[in-house]
Order: sequence, then structure tokens, then C-alpha cells
Amino acid sequence: MRTLKKNVSHLFLPLSVMALLIIINLIKGADYFRITMVNGAFYGNIPNILFGASELVILSIGMTLVTAASRGQDISIGESATITSAVFVQYVLQANEVTLLTIVVGFLLSCVVGLALGAFNGTLVSIFKVQPMVASLILFTGGRSIAFMIDGKVSPILANEISNKIGTVIPGVPIQTPIILTVVFIALVAVLFKTTNLRLYVETVGINPNAARLNGIDPKKIIFLTFLIMGICTAVAGFIAVNKAGRHDSVNLLKLIMMDAILAVAIGGNALIGGTFSITGSIIGAYTIEMLNRTLLRLEIDPAMIKVFKAVFIIILMVVASPVVRAFFTKALAKVRSWSLLSSRRTERIAEGAVLSTTNSAEKEE
Amino acid sequence: MLSETILEMKDISKSFPGVKALDRVDFKLRKGEIHAVMGENGAGKSTLIKVITGVYEKDAGIITLQGQPIHFKTPQEAQNKGIGTVYQEIMLCPNLTVAENMFIGRSHNPIINWKQMNEKAEQLLDSLGIPARATQELTSCSLAVQQMIAIARAVDMDCKILILDEPTSSLDEDEVHTLFELMRELKDRGVGIIFITHFLEQVYEISDKITVLRNGKLVGEYETTALPQIELISKMLGNVLEDITKLKKHEPIVSETPIPVFEGVGLSSIAGVRPFNFAIQKGEVNGFAGLLGSGRSESARAIFAADKVTGGIVKMYGKRVKIKTPLHAIKQGIGYLPEDRKGDGIIEDLSVRDNIILTLQVLKGFFKPFSRKQAEIFASEYMKKLNIKTPTSDTPIRSLSGGNQQKVILARWLLTNPEYLILDEPTRGIDVGTKVEIQKLVLKLAEKGMSLTFISSEIEEMLRTCSRLIVMKDREIVGELRGMDLTENEVMNVIAHGGKN
Repeated sequence: MRTLKKNVSHLFLPLSVMALLIIINLIKGADYFRITMVNGAFYGNIPNILFGASELVILSIGMTLVTAASRGQDISIGESATITSAVFVQYVLQANEVTLLTIVVGFLLSCVVGLALGAFNGTLVSIFKVQPMVASLILFTGGRSIAFMIDGKVSPILANEISNKIGTVIPGVPIQTPIILTVVFIALVAVLFKTTNLRLYVETVGINPNAARLNGIDPKKIIFLTFLIMGICTAVAGFIAVNKAGRHDSVNLLKLIMMDAILAVAIGGNALIGGTFSITGSIIGAYTIEMLNRTLLRLEIDPAMIKVFKAVFIIILMVVASPVVRAFFTKALAKVRSWSLLSSRRTERIAEGAVLSTTNSAEKEE
Repeated sequence: MLSETILEMKDISKSFPGVKALDRVDFKLRKGEIHAVMGENGAGKSTLIKVITGVYEKDAGIITLQGQPIHFKTPQEAQNKGIGTVYQEIMLCPNLTVAENMFIGRSHNPIINWKQMNEKAEQLLDSLGIPARATQELTSCSLAVQQMIAIARAVDMDCKILILDEPTSSLDEDEVHTLFELMRELKDRGVGIIFITHFLEQVYEISDKITVLRNGKLVGEYETTALPQIELISKMLGNVLEDITKLKKHEPIVSETPIPVFEGVGLSSIAGVRPFNFAIQKGEVNGFAGLLGSGRSESARAIFAADKVTGGIVKMYGKRVKIKTPLHAIKQGIGYLPEDRKGDGIIEDLSVRDNIILTLQVLKGFFKPFSRKQAEIFASEYMKKLNIKTPTSDTPIRSLSGGNQQKVILARWLLTNPEYLILDEPTRGIDVGTKVEIQKLVLKLAEKGMSLTFISSEIEEMLRTCSRLIVMKDREIVGELRGMDLTENEVMNVIAHGGKN
């Protein structure tokens, strides 16, 4: 019960933002939750959000872990995903006939590349103690050019049956494939947390690396590990993104997604200076951001202006959630409580006083 | 002589969730009085101070300042009314000058008259006899002088009350005396001083009155001269005092072929301790004695490989083993409770439970997490065994008192069931009751066959628990004392004369 309460209070911010967005959407049109069946698959606002947020959700999970252990952020995730997906596309394109095996091998190959990129960032951060943001700035700067070189030309097209199914729907399955893949990925992460001490180790390293070392946990290895996991996340996100798009656009694929991923981590109630973390929070945060994007679209705001509205919304969100405002509300709440307590006591005391004064006057009369 | 009361607190109560921190406490401070507030950790001293200065709001009671009821909402308000506070950690800016530190943030005028400020600072420093120049950078002053500057900052404006919360804990003896000079000077000016410290000798040296708190309740207010030290301790502790005198050392278990549990030859580490030899027998309690900086902690850290080991051979039960990282040491059955509890020991934001199981979990392996149920069993077992006071095992360790945090770290190591446990200053900064508990525990563990190294800056604590003392000076071993009846003088003698030949 107690842990439940704690978890819920942690998720208060993302959940309340989500609720607010839902209310706005319902005001705009009561059919917000309507889901229609097209060609045997579900479509509608909610499936669209789940579909659109897939990559962001996966990347936010990695970002949460990197943030918790290294006390910093990886800003090269979009570029890393572009490189891994470029490798995937090249492998698929060189195959004579694209079978499921081709796709799987291509995907595994891109995972290996993801691991290598994660290891690169991880080495800089854990061994050379470079600030995570500075370390990943290198890949952020050069990543898209590397992806372009792998592509060899502008936007290779990924035109095959299986990619199409992965990017949209598999006939006969009512849920869009990226949503399924995301759910599977989240489930795998859940299993990872269940079967290992990842949480304990990462949190310990993030909170107190000195103490971690003295208790037998090597902070370097753990930080390195989180970057490896991040590498896998970028490979999976890149895989989904490129199959969705049907072509590899090395310039625009998952462009600036690290901003949203960092934001998802923050909305999820996680401290960006590391320590204890909530993956659930980040996941909800990621869906919230997608919901926000689509709400702004739905409100028919000029696409050129959308970023401004998003920025304003985020400012309000961050100010409301800031420790300053929270402390103010807690204090105000306490004051209201003590005031009501006091006033009830005061009435008691007045009653007592009345009794006293009558006895006093009685004594005087004597 | 009738001294005027400046601060009076009546029936002060303050509760935190689950704890009654102050329960109808009265307190009175008179003009020109140095008033020590004594009590164990958790007795309510800090809460009392924070209620006065407006950090906390009281739940009930009345505070009057020179007859006027007061109700501060922020520390700044208290400061404006002439209540200055100096905390244990010096909260000044090291890169600024002395004068800047004394006046910064004091005036709302954006334009600073440097000349005037420096002159004013110089005057104040002179009048208080603080050996510092106004234009000097703060870092160039000794810790004691920095502490005095913090006081000067607090007393600057028409100060009536000065609160000193553990001001001497980072000062050496000479520095303490300079600080006391300053306190006497302020006292003569009629400032009422509230003095909080763990050092009993200092209380007797400087204070006029003592107020004792225990478990949030007032025990009483006493004239310092009328309260013998032993009585003060018993008032602070309740009934623990008897326990101290009952502590009994045991002879180490010496087997017929004495192979040491741990043996190090020519150990050295990056921390700069000279290569040393050290061995410990089963069931033995030994200690590293020496002044601060003598290398006693560094030696302990070298054994555990807490600092990078640069040389030496290590044997466990006569068998050569490799100990290059703390993990190696833990796997060999060595435990190390670090000196710096906050920096090296606790994982602040994690629960008591996670803090307890941490090392055993690391030993068990990354891929074998304990079930929550199992972790809870371990945690509650040791919470009971060591009498750890925490609302639940889910509570983050940072919200526990120092003594209880230390017990959690102890529990963490005991859970791994080590062959050899090193306790580096386990009793620092914690209340007397817990200190006694820890010493008792050390003896009990040794009796059961564990080997322990017990390091403490309070020599009596080591004399009570250790059957062998290794004396260190200037980062090398200068002598070794064995026996059950060692005295402080013997140790001092070795420290003073050792190492010369």
C-alpha cells in the first residue's frame, strides 16, 4: 500500500498532464476516444499516439538509465539511430531476396552497431570522465554524415513487403506493428529489471559512486552498461523509424528526438542529475509528449507555430512541477489544515473559557 | 545579581510524521550567558534551534524575545531581530574576501562602498580580536578564523542572541581556545549564547548553564558548576551509563598454530602510507591509534583496497590472495565501514532495506536479485538486532539520524558475515548511546570469532575494546601495544616518542 502510494505520487505529474490533455481534447471534440477499424486494424487518436510515440518511448527508457547512472544525458541518440538504421537498410538492400531472415539479421547487425556506438560514448564517459553531454556531442555532430556515407546516396528506399508490415500493420493483426514492438520491448525491459540487479546498481552508482565502489560495484562498468543499453535502444528505435518511413533519410530521421527523450525523462518525475529513477514515469512522459504534439495539431494550430505552443506548454508544466511551486503548495495546504485545526481548538477553548469564567464569577459571588 | 532574560520558550512542541521531536520543552536564555544545550542525537537540540530561528514552525508553545512574543517565519526574520546562527559547516564563500563575506547580502543597496565596507569590517575584526584582515581572501584563513568570521557576520548587527551549532567539530585544540576567547568577549558584551556540542570538556570550560534534553523532553536546566560530568552523562543517556562501565574485553582466541586471518606484508597505497606489515588473529580486536593524519585511516583503506593499492602481499589464512579492488576484499571476507559515512557509506536516497542488503546482493551477483520478501526478511532481522530506529524499511536512509545510519551500514557488513571487519571511526558524530551499543557489538562479534579493527579518534574507546593497538605517526607504524590494561598515557607516550629511533 505504501509503495503504491509512493509510486503514484511519483507519477502525479505525467498523469495529471495527460489528464489535462485529454480534457482539452474532449472539449475540442467528444469523439476523441473513437476508434475505427480500417482494413482490419484499429485507427483513431489513441492508436495514433501509441503508434507515433514508439521510438520516443524506447529511447526514453535508455535515456532514463543513462541519466540515472551517469548524471548526464546522451544527446546523440537520434544520430546513433540514424547510423544503425543505415546499416540495416544497406544489409536489406544488398540481399537478392528479402526474407524474414534478412530483416532479422539486418536488425541484429544494427544492434551490434548500436552497441558499438554506445560503447564509444560509454568509454568516453566512464573511463575518460567526459561529461555525457559533451561526449555525445561528438556523435551528435558527426553522426548524420556517417549515416549519409553508409547510405552512399540520398534516401535509399526500403521497398519490400516485410518492411511495410513492420512499419504499418500485419494483415489479420488489428494493432499496428510498431505498437506491438514497443510493448514487447517494454516487456523485455521489465524482465531485465526483474531478473537482474540493474535498478539497485544504477541507482547506487547515480546516488553515490564512492560508496558504490566501496561496496563492490564498479561505477565505470555500470555507466558503461547503461550506454550499451542506450545503444540497443537506438538500434530498435532506428529500426522502427526506418520501417515506418519506408526510406532512410539520413538528414531528418528522428531529428532532435533527444530533446523529447530528455523531456520525457523529466516529465516522468526523474531528476536529471541522476539517482533514483522511474522507467514507468518516462514511458508515460513519452506518450504525453506525443499526445501534446497531436493535441496541438488537432487544435488546428498553424504548423509553423506549433513549436511555440509546445514550448509555452512545457514552460508552464516545468514551473508548476518545480520544487519551488510544490513547496509553496505543500506549505499552503499545511496552513489551511492548521488553520482549520486551530479554529476548531479555539471554539473548544472558548467553550472552556466560558465554563471557567462562570466558575470564577461564582467564586467571586461567594 | 539579577540577570535579564532575553529569550524564553514555554511549552514548545513540534512533531514530525511519526516522531514527537519536542514535547513541551521550556528554555530560558539570559543576557551575557553561555548556555549549553546537551543531549544525544535525536534528543531535539537541532529542532529546538530551528524553532527559534524560524526554520521550523512550532506546533505549540510561546517564544518571547525580551518580553515580546515572537513568531519567525524565516531565518532572515530571526536574523533581523538580532538572533544570529552559525552552523557546523562554515557557510561562507571561500573565494571572496573576509569583508565581502561579512557583509555580502546584508545591504539592499546595489552599489557597494568598498572602502567603507572594508573599514567597517576592519573595525569589527579588531573589536572582536579576530586575527584577519578585511581584504584577505577567506581561503587564506585557518578554519578557526573562518569560523570566527562566520560568527562576526552573525553578530554584526545589534546581536542579542548567538546560536553556535557544533562550531568546534572541525577545529583543533588551539583553535578551539581562540574561538572561546571570542565567545567570552561576546558574553561580556551581553550577548546570550546558545552552544551545542558533543564535546563535554568544552561545555565545562565555557558554559554557565546547561539544559539537557532527552527524546524530545526537557530533563532540566542546571548550573554548570553544580553538575558533575558523570551526572550530566547519565542525565543525557538515562540508564545507559552503567553499560559503559560494564564493557569487558576478551582475550583473543589464539589457536595452537596461529595462522592470522589476514596478513599483509609491505602494503602501500596511493594515499601515501609507508609500506607496512600487519596481521590479525581470529577473534582479535585491534586498533590503529594516532593523531589525525597519522595514516591510521589510510592503512585501513589500504587493507581493503579502498585506495588504489601500490604494493604488498596479502594472505588470508596463510594463503596468498589478490586484493586490488574493494570487490576482491569483500569476496575474501573483509568488510570496511568507512570513516566518511555520508560520502562513502550511505546511499542517501535508497531505502533502509536496499542499504542493508546492498553488499550481500553484490556478493550474490548481478543476475541473482533477492526477492523483495527475502530482502525484507534480512532488513527486518538486522533492524531488530541492531535496534535501528526507522519508521519502515522503505524509509530513505537520509531521513534517519546519524547513529541509525551508522547502524544500517554496520548491518550491511554484518549481513555479509565477514571474517575480518574494519570499522573506521564508527562512533564519529553519533550519540553516546549508540557509541556504547557499537562498542558492545564489537566485543560480542570478536567473542564469536570475528576479527575486527576498530579505529576511533577517542582513545578511550579503543582502550575499552582493543587488545592490541598499533600506533601510527607520520604515516608509518611507530609502535605496538599489547595487553588488556592499556592506558591512555602509554599510548600518548608511544605517539610522542615513537619513530625517533
